[in-house]
Amino acid sequence: MPPAASSAPSAGEIFAVFARIGATSFGGGLVAYLRDAMVTDRKWMTPEEFLAALEIGQTLPGLNSVNIAIIAGRHLAGARGAVAAASGLVLPGVAILVGLGLLYARFRHNPDVAPVLAGIAAASVGLLLQVTLKIGARQFTALRDLVFVLATFYLVAFHHVSLPVVLFLIAPFAIMLNRPPQPPRTP
Amino acid sequence: MKDDIHILNVFCLLSLLAVGGGSAVLPQMEHETVALHGWITGDQFATIYSLGQMAPGPNMSMVALIGWQAGGILGFVVALVAFYLPSSFLVYGCSHVWDSFRDNPWRASIQKGMAPVTIGLMLAGVHAVGKTACWNPERSLYFNTTTCVVALVVVGILFARRINPAVLILGGGLAGWVFLRA
Repeated sequence: MPPAASSAPSAGEIFAVFARIGATSFGGGLVAYLRDAMVTDRKWMTPEEFLAALEIGQTLPGLNSVNIAIIAGRHLAGARGAVAAASGLVLPGVAILVGLGLLYARFRHNPDVAPVLAGIAAASVGLLLQVTLKIGARQFTALRDLVFVLATFYLVAFHHVSLPVVLFLIAPFAIMLNRPPQPPRTP
Repeated sequence: MKDDIHILNVFCLLSLLAVGGGSAVLPQMEHETVALHGWITGDQFATIYSLGQMAPGPNMSMVALIGWQAGGILGFVVALVAFYLPSSFLVYGCSHVWDSFRDNPWRASIQKGMAPVTIGLMLAGVHAVGKTACWNPERSLYFNTTTCVVALVVVGILFARRINPAVLILGGGLAGWVFLRA
């Protein structure tokens, strides 16, 4: 596949671009940041190429943002590009997490820090709940989907049914109910 | 060393099971790291999850902090590599066969069928974090009511207007400091 840009970027450039996103994308919404950088600013991918990368990233396991970085990096500079993109995206946040982890270890018993962390944790639950409700708006309102939502939730949250069981026992039923229509048979 | 092998096993499996993003594996991650292996307490899980929300980049990098608690510096690296590498290999290997799979009618079926399962898993993720972060039986009714109100206010604000979630995280911390100091 020919590179989208006129001159293919080096692994170092790819790392720098993804590291900037990885260091500044506070508050989620990473896919939008990636699209702006890849499609709008750098023109390293066409909108169609980015959409295809997003589709693959969402279908296969793993985080969408990291998966897109792998595909974009590979597209630009092969295996080295994939490593540069993914590590650039992940490492700045990891460095900040090291700092946060050290602060947490040092101050976790401080009487001012515990209530702040409790408030932050509560807000994080709110974020996760809102994302779930927003992404799942269609699933929560369609009865057949809602059955699978609630069954999965009930089994996993209250009976600790393990994830492989859910994916290989429940998901196939959900997929079969949505199977493609049979093409009309010609006698 | 033995713990590091366990860390490797747990997070490699979670990596390959993370369909529909990282939130879907939260309940399994919480169960494995808190109840099965006892690396961290439920409280720490909720805290580490929220620290992950405060850092930029992919929010599931917080797995490194779980690895750190479980197995020191080596555990930190093992958890991070184990969580990102298997799924990345899979994506790297599969991305070039995508075009031939793209127009297959089963692709839409898989996505439509998996959507409610993923949402159910995410809801279980809310439960996994929320059962210590919002409704913790070891805390007072006042404390639990406050944390639940903070979570619900965050949901309300996010539905009402576009706002950077990082601001809401900071707001939650401020609310905790104002209302939850003993």
